[in-house]
Amino acid sequence: MQTELTIENKQSTDIEINGDNVVIEIEHLQKSFGEKEVLKDINLTLHKGENLVVLGRSGQGKSVAIQCVVGLLDYDSGSLKVFGKEIQELDDEELKDIRLKLGFLFQSGALYDSMTVRENLSFPLTRVLKMKDENEATRNVEDVLEAVGLKDAIDKMPSDLSGGMRKRIGLARTLILKPEIMLYDEPTTGLDPITSREISQLIIDLRKKYQTSSIIITHDMACAKITGDRIMVLNDGKFIAEGSYEDLEKSQNELVRSFFK
Amino acid sequence: MEQTIRSGVYKLLEKVGDQVNFFFSFLRHLFRKGFEWNEFIRQCFIIGYKSFPLIAITGFILGFVLTLQSLPTLKDFGATSYVPGMVSVSVVREIGPVIIALISAGKVASSIGAELGSMKVSEQISAMEVSSADPIQYLVVTRILACTLMIPLLTMIADAISLFGGFIGSNLDNKVSLHLYFNKAFKALAFSDLIPGFLKTIFFGFAIGFIGCYHGYNSNKGTESVGYAANSAVVSASLWIIILDGIAVQLTNIFAYS
Repeated sequence: MQTELTIENKQSTDIEINGDNVVIEIEHLQKSFGEKEVLKDINLTLHKGENLVVLGRSGQGKSVAIQCVVGLLDYDSGSLKVFGKEIQELDDEELKDIRLKLGFLFQSGALYDSMTVRENLSFPLTRVLKMKDENEATRNVEDVLEAVGLKDAIDKMPSDLSGGMRKRIGLARTLILKPEIMLYDEPTTGLDPITSREISQLIIDLRKKYQTSSIIITHDMACAKITGDRIMVLNDGKFIAEGSYEDLEKSQNELVRSFFK
Repeated sequence: MEQTIRSGVYKLLEKVGDQVNFFFSFLRHLFRKGFEWNEFIRQCFIIGYKSFPLIAITGFILGFVLTLQSLPTLKDFGATSYVPGMVSVSVVREIGPVIIALISAGKVASSIGAELGSMKVSEQISAMEVSSADPIQYLVVTRILACTLMIPLLTMIADAISLFGGFIGSNLDNKVSLHLYFNKAFKALAFSDLIPGFLKTIFFGFAIGFIGCYHGYNSNKGTESVGYAANSAVVSASLWIIILDGIAVQLTNIFAYS
Protein backbone atom coordinates (compact mmCIF):
# COMPACT_ATOMS: atom_id res chain seq x y z
CA MET A 1 0.00 0.00 0.00
CA GLN A 2 1.32 3.39 -0.89
CA THR A 3 1.55 5.58 2.18
CA GLU A 4 3.46 8.55 0.79
CA LEU A 5 1.41 11.64 0.27
CA THR A 6 2.06 14.42 -2.13
CA ILE A 7 1.65 17.72 -0.36
CA GLU A 8 0.42 20.39 -2.70
CA ASN A 9 1.93 23.79 -2.57
CA LYS A 10 -0.16 25.89 -0.18
CA GLN A 11 1.09 29.07 -1.84
CA SER A 12 -1.04 28.32 -4.87
CA THR A 13 -3.88 30.41 -3.40
CA ASP A 14 -3.21 34.10 -3.91
CA ILE A 15 -3.84 36.13 -0.81
CA GLU A 16 -3.95 39.82 -1.05
CA ILE A 17 -3.00 41.14 2.38
CA ASN A 18 -4.27 44.64 2.91
CA GLY A 19 -6.53 46.49 5.34
CA ASP A 20 -9.65 46.01 3.18
CA ASN A 21 -9.87 42.25 3.29
CA VAL A 22 -9.55 41.65 7.04
CA VAL A 23 -12.14 39.12 8.19
CA ILE A 24 -11.11 38.81 11.85
CA GLU A 25 -9.49 41.60 13.82
CA ILE A 26 -8.46 41.17 17.45
CA GLU A 27 -6.96 44.03 19.46
CA HIS A 28 -5.63 43.93 23.03
CA LEU A 29 -7.83 40.97 23.93
CA GLN A 30 -7.73 39.88 27.57
CA LYS A 31 -9.37 36.90 29.23
CA SER A 32 -9.00 35.56 32.77
CA PHE A 33 -10.44 32.58 34.60
CA GLY A 34 -10.66 33.71 38.22
CA GLU A 35 -7.17 34.78 39.23
CA LYS A 36 -5.53 33.14 36.22
CA GLU A 37 -4.88 35.51 33.34
CA VAL A 38 -4.94 33.32 30.22
CA LEU A 39 -4.94 35.91 27.43
CA LYS A 40 -2.98 39.03 28.37
CA ASP A 41 -2.75 41.09 25.20
CA ILE A 42 -3.76 39.36 22.00
CA ASN A 43 -3.53 41.22 18.69
CA LEU A 44 -4.32 39.36 15.48
CA THR A 45 -5.72 39.94 12.01
CA LEU A 46 -6.92 37.28 9.60
CA HIS A 47 -7.20 38.19 5.94
CA LYS A 48 -9.59 36.75 3.38
CA GLY A 49 -8.28 33.48 1.94
CA GLU A 50 -5.42 33.27 4.43
CA ASN A 51 -4.41 30.26 6.55
CA LEU A 52 -3.06 31.56 9.83
CA VAL A 53 -1.44 29.06 12.18
CA VAL A 54 -1.35 29.82 15.90
CA LEU A 55 1.44 27.87 17.48
CA GLY A 56 2.06 27.45 21.17
CA ARG A 57 2.61 25.01 23.99
CA SER A 58 -0.37 23.41 25.75
CA GLY A 59 -2.20 25.66 28.20
CA GLN A 60 -1.14 28.95 26.62
CA GLY A 61 -4.68 30.00 25.71
CA LYS A 62 -4.79 29.10 22.00
CA SER A 63 -8.16 27.35 22.22
CA VAL A 64 -9.51 30.05 24.54
CA ALA A 65 -8.73 32.66 21.88
CA ILE A 66 -10.72 30.91 19.13
CA GLN A 67 -13.56 30.11 21.52
CA CYS A 68 -13.82 33.87 22.09
CA VAL A 69 -14.04 34.33 18.30
CA VAL A 70 -17.18 32.15 18.04
CA GLY A 71 -18.71 33.59 21.19
CA LEU A 72 -18.41 30.41 23.24
CA LEU A 73 -16.44 32.41 25.83
CA ASP A 74 -16.81 36.06 26.81
CA TYR A 75 -13.62 38.11 26.89
CA ASP A 76 -12.85 40.60 29.66
CA SER A 77 -11.53 43.52 27.62
CA GLY A 78 -10.18 44.47 24.21
CA SER A 79 -11.84 44.24 20.84
CA LEU A 80 -12.75 41.20 18.73
CA LYS A 81 -14.35 41.91 15.37
CA VAL A 82 -15.55 39.32 12.89
CA PHE A 83 -16.52 40.81 9.52
CA GLY A 84 -16.27 44.21 11.21
CA LYS A 85 -18.76 43.36 13.97
CA GLU A 86 -17.76 43.37 17.64
CA ILE A 87 -18.69 39.88 18.85
CA GLN A 88 -19.65 40.83 22.38
CA GLU A 89 -22.01 43.58 21.23
CA LEU A 90 -24.15 41.25 19.10
CA ASP A 91 -27.59 40.08 20.19
CA ASP A 92 -28.59 36.40 19.90
CA GLU A 93 -29.86 36.66 16.32
CA GLU A 94 -26.83 38.63 15.09
CA LEU A 95 -24.49 36.14 16.78
CA LYS A 96 -26.36 33.30 15.03
CA ASP A 97 -25.84 35.04 11.68
CA ILE A 98 -22.13 35.49 12.32
CA ARG A 99 -21.78 31.89 13.49
CA LEU A 100 -23.27 30.75 10.18
CA LYS A 101 -20.21 32.24 8.49
CA LEU A 102 -17.84 30.54 10.93
CA GLY A 103 -16.93 26.88 11.00
CA PHE A 104 -15.33 25.32 14.07
CA LEU A 105 -13.57 21.97 14.06
CA PHE A 106 -13.26 20.72 17.63
CA GLN A 107 -10.28 18.71 18.83
CA SER A 108 -12.36 15.56 19.21
CA GLY A 109 -14.57 16.15 16.16
CA ALA A 110 -17.51 16.55 18.61
CA LEU A 111 -19.81 14.26 16.62
CA TYR A 112 -23.26 13.66 18.13
CA ASP A 113 -22.93 10.14 19.59
CA SER A 114 -26.57 9.16 19.28
CA MET A 115 -26.79 10.00 15.56
CA THR A 116 -25.44 8.33 12.42
CA VAL A 117 -23.04 10.25 10.18
CA ARG A 118 -25.95 11.13 7.88
CA GLU A 119 -27.98 12.51 10.82
CA ASN A 120 -24.94 14.38 12.15
CA LEU A 121 -24.54 16.14 8.84
CA SER A 122 -28.26 16.71 8.25
CA PHE A 123 -28.67 18.22 11.72
CA PRO A 124 -27.37 21.72 10.84
CA LEU A 125 -29.17 21.62 7.48
CA THR A 126 -32.60 20.95 8.97
CA ARG A 127 -32.20 23.04 12.13
CA VAL A 128 -30.18 25.99 10.90
CA LEU A 129 -30.93 26.26 7.17
CA LYS A 130 -34.45 24.83 7.73
CA MET A 131 -34.02 22.53 4.72
CA LYS A 132 -37.24 20.54 4.29
CA ASP A 133 -36.47 18.53 1.15
CA GLU A 134 -34.91 15.22 2.23
CA ASN A 135 -33.40 14.53 -1.21
CA GLU A 136 -31.69 17.91 -1.26
CA ALA A 137 -30.31 17.32 2.25
CA THR A 138 -28.98 13.89 1.23
CA ARG A 139 -27.35 15.41 -1.88
CA ASN A 140 -25.63 18.02 0.30
CA VAL A 141 -24.50 15.38 2.79
CA GLU A 142 -23.09 13.17 0.02
CA ASP A 143 -21.29 16.10 -1.62
CA VAL A 144 -19.55 17.18 1.54
CA LEU A 145 -18.69 13.58 2.50
CA GLU A 146 -17.12 13.19 -0.92
CA ALA A 147 -15.07 16.32 -0.30
CA VAL A 148 -13.58 14.77 2.85
CA GLY A 149 -13.22 11.36 1.20
CA LEU A 150 -15.67 9.44 3.40
CA LYS A 151 -18.76 8.85 1.29
CA ASP A 152 -18.96 5.22 2.40
CA ALA A 153 -19.29 6.15 6.07
CA ILE A 154 -22.69 7.80 5.61
CA ASP A 155 -24.69 5.29 7.65
CA LYS A 156 -22.07 4.53 10.29
CA MET A 157 -22.31 5.54 13.94
CA PRO A 158 -19.54 7.78 15.36
CA SER A 159 -18.44 4.92 17.63
CA ASP A 160 -17.56 2.89 14.51
CA LEU A 161 -15.15 5.56 13.21
CA SER A 162 -11.43 6.00 13.85
CA GLY A 163 -10.01 9.25 15.27
CA GLY A 164 -9.03 10.54 11.83
CA MET A 165 -12.41 9.66 10.35
CA ARG A 166 -14.20 11.44 13.20
CA LYS A 167 -12.21 14.59 12.48
CA ARG A 168 -13.04 14.37 8.77
CA ILE A 169 -16.74 13.92 9.53
CA GLY A 170 -16.57 16.80 12.02
CA LEU A 171 -15.01 18.87 9.27
CA ALA A 172 -17.71 17.80 6.83
CA ARG A 173 -20.44 18.78 9.31
CA THR A 174 -18.87 22.21 9.60
CA LEU A 175 -18.42 22.64 5.86
CA ILE A 176 -21.99 21.70 5.05
CA LEU A 177 -23.06 25.21 6.12
CA LYS A 178 -20.47 26.67 3.71
CA PRO A 179 -18.62 28.86 6.21
CA GLU A 180 -16.36 31.70 5.09
CA ILE A 181 -13.96 31.29 8.01
CA MET A 182 -12.74 27.97 9.44
CA LEU A 183 -11.36 27.66 12.95
CA TYR A 184 -9.42 24.44 13.54
CA ASP A 185 -8.70 23.50 17.16
CA GLU A 186 -5.69 21.17 17.02
CA PRO A 187 -6.86 19.26 13.95
CA THR A 188 -4.05 16.69 14.04
CA THR A 189 -3.75 16.03 17.78
CA GLY A 190 -3.89 12.33 18.64
CA LEU A 191 -3.45 11.17 15.06
CA ASP A 192 -0.61 9.16 13.54
CA PRO A 193 1.79 11.07 11.24
CA ILE A 194 0.22 9.75 8.03
CA THR A 195 -3.34 10.65 9.04
CA SER A 196 -2.05 14.01 10.32
CA ARG A 197 -0.60 14.76 6.89
CA GLU A 198 -3.86 13.68 5.25
CA ILE A 199 -5.82 16.07 7.48
CA SER A 200 -3.33 18.89 6.80
CA GLN A 201 -3.65 18.29 3.07
CA LEU A 202 -7.43 18.25 3.42
CA ILE A 203 -7.29 21.69 5.06
CA ILE A 204 -5.40 23.00 2.02
CA ASP A 205 -7.77 21.30 -0.44
CA LEU A 206 -10.86 22.59 1.32
CA ARG A 207 -9.53 26.13 1.37
CA LYS A 208 -9.25 25.92 -2.41
CA LYS A 209 -12.64 24.30 -2.88
CA TYR A 210 -14.68 26.41 -0.44
CA GLN A 211 -12.59 29.64 -0.56
CA THR A 212 -12.28 29.77 3.23
CA SER A 213 -9.98 31.76 5.49
CA SER A 214 -8.69 29.76 8.44
CA ILE A 215 -7.13 29.97 11.87
CA ILE A 216 -5.39 26.70 12.70
CA ILE A 217 -4.47 26.12 16.33
CA THR A 218 -1.75 23.53 16.64
CA HIS A 219 1.53 22.49 18.18
CA ASP A 220 2.19 20.03 15.37
CA MET A 221 5.02 21.52 13.32
CA ALA A 222 4.33 19.33 10.27
CA CYS A 223 0.75 20.61 10.19
CA ALA A 224 1.95 24.20 10.66
CA LYS A 225 4.40 23.83 7.76
CA ILE A 226 1.85 22.30 5.41
CA THR A 227 -1.10 24.53 6.16
CA GLY A 228 0.22 27.91 7.34
CA ASP A 229 0.66 30.97 5.14
CA ARG A 230 1.59 32.85 8.28
CA ILE A 231 2.45 31.56 11.74
CA MET A 232 2.03 33.35 15.06
CA VAL A 233 3.58 31.97 18.25
CA LEU A 234 1.61 32.37 21.48
CA ASN A 235 3.33 32.23 24.83
CA ASP A 236 2.14 33.31 28.26
CA GLY A 237 -0.98 35.02 26.90
CA LYS A 238 0.82 37.11 24.21
CA PHE A 239 2.10 36.59 20.69
CA ILE A 240 5.89 36.56 20.76
CA ALA A 241 6.68 35.96 17.08
CA GLU A 242 5.06 36.15 13.66
CA GLY A 243 6.16 35.18 10.17
CA SER A 244 6.34 32.40 7.63
CA TYR A 245 7.53 28.94 8.61
CA GLU A 246 10.90 29.65 7.03
CA ASP A 247 11.25 33.01 8.85
CA LEU A 248 10.46 31.53 12.24
CA GLU A 249 12.82 28.63 11.68
CA LYS A 250 15.61 31.19 11.70
CA SER A 251 14.28 33.09 14.73
CA GLN A 252 16.69 34.19 17.44
CA ASN A 253 14.05 33.58 20.12
CA GLU A 254 14.94 30.47 22.10
CA LEU A 255 11.31 29.41 22.64
CA VAL A 256 10.38 29.85 18.97
CA ARG A 257 13.44 27.87 17.88
CA SER A 258 12.56 25.08 20.31
CA PHE A 259 9.45 24.30 18.23
CA PHE A 260 11.63 23.54 15.21
CA LYS A 261 14.04 21.18 16.98
CA MET B 1 -15.02 30.77 59.97
CA GLU B 2 -16.96 33.87 58.93
CA GLN B 3 -15.20 33.78 55.56
CA THR B 4 -16.18 30.14 55.03
CA ILE B 5 -19.83 30.83 55.83
CA ARG B 6 -19.82 33.89 53.55
CA SER B 7 -18.29 32.00 50.63
CA GLY B 8 -20.75 29.14 51.23
CA VAL B 9 -23.67 31.54 51.10
CA TYR B 10 -22.30 33.18 47.94
CA LYS B 11 -21.93 29.78 46.27
CA LEU B 12 -25.47 28.80 47.25
CA LEU B 13 -26.90 32.08 45.94
CA GLU B 14 -24.90 31.68 42.73
CA LYS B 15 -26.36 28.19 42.24
CA VAL B 16 -29.90 29.40 42.90
CA GLY B 17 -29.35 32.23 40.42
CA ASP B 18 -28.01 29.76 37.85
CA GLN B 19 -31.05 27.53 38.26
CA VAL B 20 -33.47 30.45 37.96
CA ASN B 21 -31.61 31.57 34.84
CA PHE B 22 -31.78 28.04 33.41
CA PHE B 23 -35.51 27.89 34.16
CA PHE B 24 -36.18 31.15 32.29
CA SER B 25 -34.00 29.96 29.44
CA PHE B 26 -36.17 26.81 29.28
CA LEU B 27 -39.34 28.94 29.24
CA ARG B 28 -38.00 31.19 26.47
CA HIS B 29 -37.08 28.20 24.29
CA LEU B 30 -40.32 26.36 25.07
CA PHE B 31 -42.34 28.84 23.03
CA ARG B 32 -39.86 29.26 20.19
CA LYS B 33 -40.69 28.12 16.68
CA GLY B 34 -39.53 24.70 15.50
CA PHE B 35 -40.42 22.38 18.38
CA GLU B 36 -38.34 19.18 18.14
CA TRP B 37 -41.21 16.66 17.88
CA ASN B 38 -39.03 13.72 16.82
CA GLU B 39 -36.62 14.17 19.70
CA PHE B 40 -39.54 14.67 22.11
CA ILE B 41 -41.13 11.37 21.00
CA ARG B 42 -37.75 9.61 21.24
CA GLN B 43 -37.34 10.91 24.79
CA CYS B 44 -40.88 9.82 25.70
CA PHE B 45 -39.96 6.34 24.46
CA ILE B 46 -36.70 6.28 26.45
CA ILE B 47 -38.17 7.76 29.65
CA GLY B 48 -41.57 6.08 29.49
CA TYR B 49 -41.33 2.75 27.70
CA LYS B 50 -37.81 1.85 28.84
CA SER B 51 -38.61 2.63 32.48
CA PHE B 52 -41.76 0.53 32.41
CA PRO B 53 -40.30 -2.81 33.63
CA LEU B 54 -38.63 -1.17 36.64
CA ILE B 55 -41.74 0.83 37.48
CA ALA B 56 -44.00 -2.24 37.07
CA ILE B 57 -41.89 -4.39 39.41
CA THR B 58 -41.65 -1.56 41.97
CA GLY B 59 -45.40 -0.95 41.85
CA PHE B 60 -46.21 -4.65 42.24
CA ILE B 61 -43.88 -5.12 45.22
CA LEU B 62 -45.19 -1.91 46.81
CA GLY B 63 -48.79 -3.18 46.92
CA PHE B 64 -47.76 -6.74 47.76
CA VAL B 65 -45.52 -5.76 50.69
CA LEU B 66 -47.94 -3.15 52.03
CA THR B 67 -50.66 -5.82 52.14
CA LEU B 68 -48.46 -8.44 53.79
CA GLN B 69 -47.22 -5.98 56.41
CA SER B 70 -50.65 -4.70 57.40
CA LEU B 71 -52.62 -7.96 57.23
CA PRO B 72 -51.50 -9.40 60.62
CA THR B 73 -52.41 -6.20 62.52
CA LEU B 74 -55.73 -5.77 60.73
CA LYS B 75 -56.50 -9.47 61.34
CA ASP B 76 -56.19 -8.88 65.11
CA PHE B 77 -58.97 -6.30 64.83
CA GLY B 78 -61.00 -8.42 62.40
CA ALA B 79 -60.61 -5.70 59.80
CA THR B 80 -59.03 -7.58 56.88
CA SER B 81 -61.82 -6.38 54.62
CA TYR B 82 -60.33 -2.89 54.89
CA VAL B 83 -57.06 -4.00 53.25
CA PRO B 84 -58.03 -3.10 49.64
CA GLY B 85 -59.22 0.36 50.69
CA MET B 86 -56.15 0.98 52.82
CA VAL B 87 -53.79 -0.10 50.02
CA SER B 88 -55.58 1.94 47.37
CA VAL B 89 -55.76 5.17 49.41
CA SER B 90 -52.16 5.00 50.64
CA VAL B 91 -50.75 4.01 47.23
CA VAL B 92 -52.74 6.49 45.12
CA ARG B 93 -52.52 9.42 47.49
CA GLU B 94 -48.97 9.19 48.75
CA ILE B 95 -46.73 6.14 48.45
CA GLY B 96 -47.18 5.49 44.73
CA PRO B 97 -46.35 9.00 43.45
CA VAL B 98 -43.42 9.48 45.86
CA ILE B 99 -41.80 6.06 45.43
CA ILE B 100 -42.20 6.06 41.64
CA ALA B 101 -40.80 9.60 41.47
CA LEU B 102 -37.80 8.61 43.62
CA ILE B 103 -37.17 5.50 41.50
CA SER B 104 -37.46 7.66 38.35
CA ALA B 105 -35.07 10.20 39.83
CA GLY B 106 -32.53 7.39 40.18
CA LYS B 107 -33.08 6.09 36.67
CA VAL B 108 -34.08 9.08 34.55
CA ALA B 109 -32.42 12.10 36.21
CA SER B 110 -29.09 10.26 36.45
CA SER B 111 -29.21 9.17 32.81
CA ILE B 112 -30.13 12.68 31.60
CA GLY B 113 -27.40 14.18 33.80
CA ALA B 114 -24.79 11.71 32.56
CA GLU B 115 -25.86 12.02 28.90
CA LEU B 116 -25.81 15.81 28.78
CA GLY B 117 -22.70 15.88 30.96
CA SER B 118 -20.80 13.65 28.54
CA MET B 119 -22.10 15.73 25.61
CA LYS B 120 -20.71 18.80 27.35
CA VAL B 121 -17.34 17.14 28.04
CA SER B 122 -17.00 15.90 24.47
CA GLU B 123 -17.91 19.40 23.19
CA GLN B 124 -21.06 18.20 21.41
CA ILE B 125 -23.14 20.94 23.05
CA SER B 126 -20.57 23.57 22.03
CA ALA B 127 -20.64 22.14 18.49
CA MET B 128 -24.42 22.66 18.38
CA GLU B 129 -24.02 26.21 19.66
CA VAL B 130 -21.35 27.24 17.16
CA SER B 131 -23.32 25.79 14.27
CA SER B 132 -26.20 28.13 15.27
CA ALA B 133 -28.42 25.17 16.20
CA ASP B 134 -30.27 25.51 19.48
CA PRO B 135 -29.08 22.99 22.11
CA ILE B 136 -31.58 24.15 24.76
CA GLN B 137 -34.50 23.58 22.41
CA TYR B 138 -33.20 20.25 21.13
CA LEU B 139 -31.78 18.75 24.33
CA VAL B 140 -33.37 20.47 27.31
CA VAL B 141 -36.94 21.37 26.32
CA THR B 142 -37.64 17.91 24.89
CA ARG B 143 -36.29 16.06 27.93
CA ILE B 144 -38.07 18.19 30.52
CA LEU B 145 -41.40 17.94 28.67
CA ALA B 146 -40.99 14.19 28.16
CA CYS B 147 -40.41 13.74 31.91
CA THR B 148 -43.37 15.99 32.76
CA LEU B 149 -45.61 13.84 30.55
CA MET B 150 -44.23 10.35 31.21
CA ILE B 151 -43.73 10.36 35.00
CA PRO B 152 -47.48 10.91 35.71
CA LEU B 153 -48.35 8.16 33.20
CA LEU B 154 -45.84 5.78 34.76
CA THR B 155 -47.20 6.57 38.21
CA MET B 156 -50.79 5.82 37.13
CA ILE B 157 -49.69 2.48 35.68
CA ALA B 158 -47.63 1.70 38.79
CA ASP B 159 -50.62 2.53 41.03
CA ALA B 160 -52.78 0.05 39.09
CA ILE B 161 -50.09 -2.65 39.25
CA SER B 162 -49.66 -1.92 42.94
CA LEU B 163 -53.35 -2.66 43.56
CA PHE B 164 -52.89 -5.91 41.70
CA GLY B 165 -49.88 -6.66 43.93
CA GLY B 166 -52.13 -6.00 46.93
CA PHE B 167 -54.70 -8.43 45.51
CA ILE B 168 -52.05 -11.17 45.17
CA GLY B 169 -50.86 -10.43 48.74
CA SER B 170 -54.40 -10.71 50.09
CA ASN B 171 -54.91 -14.00 48.28
CA LEU B 172 -51.96 -15.61 50.00
CA ASP B 173 -54.02 -15.63 53.18
CA ASN B 174 -57.69 -15.78 52.17
CA LYS B 175 -59.44 -16.15 48.90
CA VAL B 176 -60.71 -12.80 47.59
CA SER B 177 -62.10 -12.41 44.10
CA LEU B 178 -60.49 -9.86 41.80
CA HIS B 179 -63.84 -8.17 41.30
CA LEU B 180 -64.51 -7.81 45.02
CA TYR B 181 -60.98 -6.64 45.76
CA PHE B 182 -61.00 -3.88 43.13
CA ASN B 183 -64.57 -2.92 44.01
CA LYS B 184 -63.51 -2.31 47.61
CA ALA B 185 -60.29 -0.58 46.54
CA PHE B 186 -62.06 1.91 44.25
CA LYS B 187 -64.91 2.48 46.71
CA ALA B 188 -62.41 3.79 49.24
CA LEU B 189 -61.02 6.32 46.75
CA ALA B 190 -62.42 9.83 46.32
CA PHE B 191 -61.53 12.50 43.76
CA SER B 192 -59.78 14.34 46.59
CA ASP B 193 -57.34 11.38 46.69
CA LEU B 194 -56.93 10.95 42.94
CA ILE B 195 -56.49 14.54 41.77
CA PRO B 196 -53.83 15.77 44.23
CA GLY B 197 -52.01 12.43 43.83
CA PHE B 198 -51.99 12.91 40.05
CA LEU B 199 -51.22 16.64 40.03
CA LYS B 200 -48.13 16.32 42.16
CA THR B 201 -46.64 13.73 39.80
CA ILE B 202 -46.62 16.43 37.08
CA PHE B 203 -44.42 18.58 39.32
CA PHE B 204 -42.27 15.57 40.23
CA GLY B 205 -41.79 14.82 36.52
CA PHE B 206 -40.84 18.41 35.81
CA ALA B 207 -38.38 18.44 38.72
CA ILE B 208 -36.73 15.19 37.54
CA GLY B 209 -36.30 16.49 33.98
CA PHE B 210 -35.25 19.98 34.99
CA ILE B 211 -32.69 18.91 37.62
CA GLY B 212 -31.24 16.22 35.33
CA CYS B 213 -30.87 18.70 32.47
CA TYR B 214 -29.51 21.47 34.70
CA HIS B 215 -26.74 19.33 36.19
CA GLY B 216 -25.82 17.73 32.87
CA TYR B 217 -25.90 20.93 30.84
CA ASN B 218 -23.86 22.86 33.39
CA SER B 219 -21.28 20.20 34.19
CA ASN B 220 -17.61 21.11 34.05
CA LYS B 221 -15.24 19.98 31.36
CA GLY B 222 -13.69 16.76 32.62
CA THR B 223 -14.64 13.10 32.70
CA GLU B 224 -15.01 13.26 36.49
CA SER B 225 -17.74 15.86 36.10
CA VAL B 226 -19.95 13.38 34.19
CA GLY B 227 -20.18 11.17 37.27
CA TYR B 228 -20.65 14.22 39.45
CA ALA B 229 -23.46 15.50 37.18
CA ALA B 230 -25.28 12.15 37.33
CA ASN B 231 -24.83 11.86 41.07
CA SER B 232 -25.89 15.40 41.92
CA ALA B 233 -28.87 15.09 39.55
CA VAL B 234 -30.18 12.11 41.56
CA VAL B 235 -29.52 13.70 44.95
CA SER B 236 -31.05 17.09 44.03
CA ALA B 237 -34.03 15.56 42.21
CA SER B 238 -34.78 13.27 45.18
CA LEU B 239 -34.56 16.20 47.56
CA TRP B 240 -36.87 18.28 45.37
CA ILE B 241 -39.39 15.42 45.24
CA ILE B 242 -39.51 15.29 49.04
CA ILE B 243 -39.84 19.10 49.30
CA LEU B 244 -42.54 19.23 46.62
CA ASP B 245 -44.40 16.39 48.33
CA GLY B 246 -44.36 18.28 51.61
CA ILE B 247 -45.80 21.35 49.88
CA ALA B 248 -48.37 19.23 48.01
CA VAL B 249 -49.58 17.56 51.22
CA GLN B 250 -50.00 20.95 52.90
CA LEU B 251 -51.90 22.37 49.92
CA THR B 252 -54.08 19.25 49.68
CA ASN B 253 -54.96 19.53 53.36
CA ILE B 254 -55.86 23.18 52.91
CA PHE B 255 -57.91 22.89 49.71
CA ALA B 256 -59.23 19.32 49.58
CA TYR B 257 -59.97 18.45 53.20
CA SER B 258 -60.73 21.79 54.81
